[in-house]
Amino acid sequence: MHLPAILPWGAAEGFSKQMLLVLLSVVFIAVFFVLAARKQQLVPGKLQFAGEAAYGFVRNGIAKDIIGGRDFIKYVPLLFSLFFFILVNNIYGAIPVIQLPTFSHVGGAYVLAGIVYFTWIAIGVKKNGLRYFKLATVPSGVPWFILPIVIPIEIISNFVVRPVTHSLRLFATMLAGHLIVMIAGSGIEYLVMQESILLKGTSVLVLAGAIAMYMLEALIMVLQAYVFTLLTAIYIEGALHADSH
Amino acid sequence: MNQLIISAATEGEKVNPLVPNLWEMGVVLVGFAILMFIVVKFVVPMFEKTFAERAEAIEGGIAKAEKAQAEASAALEEYKQQLTDARTEANRIREEARAEGAQILADLKEKAAAESARITAQAHAQIESERQAAVVSLRSEVGTLATTLAGRIVGESLNDDDRAARVVDRFLADLETQSAGAAK
Repeated sequence: MHLPAILPWGAAEGFSKQMLLVLLSVVFIAVFFVLAARKQQLVPGKLQFAGEAAYGFVRNGIAKDIIGGRDFIKYVPLLFSLFFFILVNNIYGAIPVIQLPTFSHVGGAYVLAGIVYFTWIAIGVKKNGLRYFKLATVPSGVPWFILPIVIPIEIISNFVVRPVTHSLRLFATMLAGHLIVMIAGSGIEYLVMQESILLKGTSVLVLAGAIAMYMLEALIMVLQAYVFTLLTAIYIEGALHADSH
Repeated sequence: MNQLIISAATEGEKVNPLVPNLWEMGVVLVGFAILMFIVVKFVVPMFEKTFAERAEAIEGGIAKAEKAQAEASAALEEYKQQLTDARTEANRIREEARAEGAQILADLKEKAAAESARITAQAHAQIESERQAAVVSLRSEVGTLATTLAGRIVGESLNDDDRAARVVDRFLADLETQSAGAAK
């Protein structure tokens, strides 16, 4: 199912279908939201209403709820861009013919998780100074003799494992879903080609399973976009309020 | 198909899926940067502006409605006050009119009574005086007649005034006693 590169045509390396999809997603999102937001009226039309609902979901449902306070609006653009960028790129996997979630290749996930990683560290340092690293790794209220164990765990979990899980969670779910749907498709094809009518018949069962997996995968696509954005908001909130954690 | 699966499997052995394609990373980075730029520059400000305007419009509308409500209830209060005033005024005027009417009626009655009393008194006085005049004229006439008659009968001139007056008086006194006795 992996389509070869577009430029040079058919080669293994080069400008791949994935890259085209990434750029298309940027165009889709930008065009949709600029159109929805362009003619702003107090009583919204259908398009504006849809845009506002989508924007409000990230703004109020994620940024305001998790980060809160008066400063949450500063982080809305990042969260908003992340959510819809990942959402559209995931949904590609559920669209027939395209059927390719961008993040089934790990590169994009690394980039986004990296952006988030440096963002929340920068926010923490800006807010608390270099003391932030102490706040983030030395938990308060822990007896001194446990600290030698706790501090390395905190360092590893916060500064090493966090970005890795953040990126791999997205990548792995997308790749796995993609593979399952692909394998089911191949399996159906294989079974239909069999001579025995009974074996042919079993392909119906696989088809039913494949449809169920497709539905599940579509759900996971939306869910992972939400989870990635939600975790970003939680990391930023943690960096902002490091002293109270 | 078998070949495809096998090739996928062999490809999987050759390529570690955790090793990223640098070009793809570059494209995602650039694409995401462009998206962020558009979102920061246009999308978020436009939506936030609408949100703020809407909040203001709603709050302003509420304030306006509250003001209108207050004005309306003030006007209602004023009208009620005016109505009460008007009713009191009307009652007062009615009372006054009634009192005045009663007064006028009493005055008229009194005046009429006085007038009738006056007329009655005048009539009495007139009757009395006429009667008196009649009595006087009658007396003198009767006296003259009687003396003339008596003189003719007696043949004696009773032209002497003093005597005649005495005779007449006596005669009349007799008459009066007779009539009084007859009346009894």
